[in-house]
Amino acid sequence: INHIVHNGGLYKRPFNEAFEETPMLVAVLTYVGYGVLTLFGYLRDFMRHWKIEKCQNATEREEQKDFVPLYQDFENFYNRNLYMRIRDSWNRPICSVPGAKVDMMERVSHDYNWTFTYTGRVIKDIINMGSYNYLGFAQNTGACQEAAAKVLSQYGAGVCSTRQEMGNLDKHEELEKLVARFLGVESAMAYGMGFATNSMNIPALVGKGCLILSDELNHASLVLGARLSGATIRIFKHNNMQSLEKLLKDAIVHGQPRTRRPWKKILILVEGIYSMEGSIVRLPEVIALKKKYKSYLYLDEAHSIGALGPSGRGVVEYFGLNPEDVDVMMGTFTKSFGAAGGYIGGKKELIDYLRTYSHSAVYATSMSPPVVEQIITSIKCIMGEDGTTIGEARVQQLAENTRYFRRRLKEMGFIIYGNEDSPVVPLMLYMPAKIGAFGREMLKRNIGVVVVGFPATPIIESRARFCLSAAHTKEMLDTALKEINEVGDLLQLKYSRRRLVPLLDRPFDETTYEETED
Amino acid sequence: MDVKSTKNFVFWLFCQFELITCSYLMEPWEKVLFYSFNTCMVGTLFYTTYVCVAAHVSTALQLLWNFLGNQQENAVSVVK
Repeated sequence: INHIVHNGGLYKRPFNEAFEETPMLVAVLTYVGYGVLTLFGYLRDFMRHWKIEKCQNATEREEQKDFVPLYQDFENFYNRNLYMRIRDSWNRPICSVPGAKVDMMERVSHDYNWTFTYTGRVIKDIINMGSYNYLGFAQNTGACQEAAAKVLSQYGAGVCSTRQEMGNLDKHEELEKLVARFLGVESAMAYGMGFATNSMNIPALVGKGCLILSDELNHASLVLGARLSGATIRIFKHNNMQSLEKLLKDAIVHGQPRTRRPWKKILILVEGIYSMEGSIVRLPEVIALKKKYKSYLYLDEAHSIGALGPSGRGVVEYFGLNPEDVDVMMGTFTKSFGAAGGYIGGKKELIDYLRTYSHSAVYATSMSPPVVEQIITSIKCIMGEDGTTIGEARVQQLAENTRYFRRRLKEMGFIIYGNEDSPVVPLMLYMPAKIGAFGREMLKRNIGVVVVGFPATPIIESRARFCLSAAHTKEMLDTALKEINEVGDLLQLKYSRRRLVPLLDRPFDETTYEETED
Repeated sequence: MDVKSTKNFVFWLFCQFELITCSYLMEPWEKVLFYSFNTCMVGTLFYTTYVCVAAHVSTALQLLWNFLGNQQENAVSVVK
């Protein structure tokens, strides 16, 4: 299932991505489940309205009951009646470093998840399959921690200023030079928060009269940045290059909607790894299209930096491409480096412009020095400049863990979305009761997983998302797989019909309804 | 021990029903309401089947026998 032939030899390695279709029976039963819950939701709302039952959610005050209702929309209905029933799978408080194993405080609820009380017991050594700890740098021992502690005693924790005023430390300059060297770009700039990097810098790069072509499943930070910029936004189907090419052709041929003037800039927004699907962007094709139609590319490598590529340098290295082809390389330090913050890398002129015009540089507090030191030490470790081979070993361990885990889960018969090489593994659950049941059963067996439901995913495609780590040993993965197998049998989650469905690669036209053909 | 495994299997089937119809997530009084509604529906279905469908099926079978019987008579007369 590789598409080297169709794409003119752009791919140097096979690209194995699969999104198995929802079985019809499962879809029907999921709707049945949601239907029953909706009916009971209406019943409960009726009882709350007529004071038969105590109302524990937020409502308007008595004086405001005649105003336009605040809590009548679908989001609030879903929140009160569906989310509340399974709320104990989220916001679980942990009380240790989120490494491969984590400690969690036990909670019980006596009124069906409206309030929680702590029993006081701490559940120890839960296998952590939910933290974005791809290279295992979330540690409280080791070289990174010692360096960060030293810098903390030297610089303190707070910076008390923005980058432009008095917050530009020598540590920040060192970090930026190191990040630029790591990525293979001319210059880079670091910010305190990954979400803010996207939402505050896209408005600085594009404005009115520009066109943004954004993937269907882009992250909220990219969507927010695009909307704040005021540019026209057009969406192309997820990872679908025919759809993107059609939009580019239309943009060049027709220009701006009313005046038909050419667009000032065309910016393509894609992500390296999409965290809800586990899919990897088709970067060689995107770069070929970008060069053909003379547009700019903004690549958000939040999940792929450190996790892909033979030496951990991200999706550009994974495909063997030139980093100079990507105009704006953005990423975060939260996932693979065990710190917090984001960066943008690119040409020197671009970064100098952003240093002056980015909202984040002008208004946001600069990064805290121990965090900066953690990033510096972890990047040096990955590059091998600290004299050890720990970084290289971790990158390889992550790749091995990914392949092993995905292969075993597919063999067991679960529906797994995404690319073979992505460390984000979504396992489809579909039915709302199974979301809550899966989270609780896995916690009973001492494994912590993240389950995702409606607003983050389409309503019938709820899933459990596993994030693999280089810190997971094979024994931990085997234990986790054994428990997942048990829970899968108990809850009947093995939906896969084991048909290898090839991805659609014929030209996209309006009569194409299905992404895959049977 | 076959009784035990059958009981476990039935319990597992009931758990699957609970998960699919989301009665796993309901509070006890909601479960009582839901199951009693379901039982009433199923009971009405069985009653209707017993009263009406049996009568219809027997009428249909009678018609069929008559049709086949006539066929036999006609065939016999032709042969004669």
